Amino acid sequence: MDDCNETLRELETFLDGELTDDSLTTIRQHLEACPDCYQAFDFQAELKAVIAAKCRHDEMPPGLLSRIEQCFHTDLDGDGRIG
Amino acid sequence: MQYAPQLYSAALRMTRNQADAEDLVQDTYLRAYRGFGGYTEGTNLRAWLFRILTNAFINTYRSRQRRPTETDLADIEDLYLYRRLGSLEALTANRSAEDQLMDLLTDDEVKDALEGLPENFRLPVLLADVEGFSYKEIAEMLDIPIGTVMSRLHRGRKAMQKALYEYAHARGLAGHAAGPTAHTDETRHG
Repeated sequence: MDDCNETLRELETFLDGELTDDSLTTIRQHLEACPDCYQAFDFQAELKAVIAAKCRHDEMPPGLLSRIEQCFHTDLDGDGRIG
Repeated sequence: MQYAPQLYSAALRMTRNQADAEDLVQDTYLRAYRGFGGYTEGTNLRAWLFRILTNAFINTYRSRQRRPTETDLADIEDLYLYRRLGSLEALTANRSAEDQLMDLLTDDEVKDALEGLPENFRLPVLLADVEGFSYKEIAEMLDIPIGTVMSRLHRGRKAMQKALYEYAHARGLAGHAAGPTAHTDETRHG
């Protein structure tokens, strides 16, 4: 039980890839032995992947890229320099 | 400008409107072009561009936002969504939680749930969960300690999960039996 609580406390740092090697080994060993914690970690990992997938890929407005490129050829603020 | 689409998506999540997002991306490239913050050849170009984007947003566009920038969030239990939806996986065998969550939550709902977070929580969640930056990179971009990044991620993620559950629930897609208030009512009447 203590192991489960300690493991769940590290859930986010584990999924964020920010655990030290020692803690990583401990957590992995627990996950291999504990289906409950494994399921919680798995759900959270997949939720993270879904959030990332759904918050990307907004269509860029037409013309935005060419407007940016235009800036690179224009002295916008009249200081004698491009940009 | 290979990173422009990523920067534009992130700018949309930050500003929550297309006109400001376009200005913000354009501003980012202009600052980058002028060598703002000094890019060192061979270092992470993407992280450098996102740092400029984040700085430009904080310094310029934040003042245009209506909501207060520093807000606290109500306390929400850990594993909020898992405790309510985790059993979905068991109910429909052979489908991963990822497939089910992909179907259950629409793109707009996930974007709204993220954009609905107060800015001090929204930026860390966006930079970590969507853009995949490390705690250290996020701490540098937002100029806050790593411990603060971690606590804001923890609380921001829970608040986002609560919003996602409420969207799914409103569409009748997530079972209502899981609502803790409903349980309390039953006990009281029973």
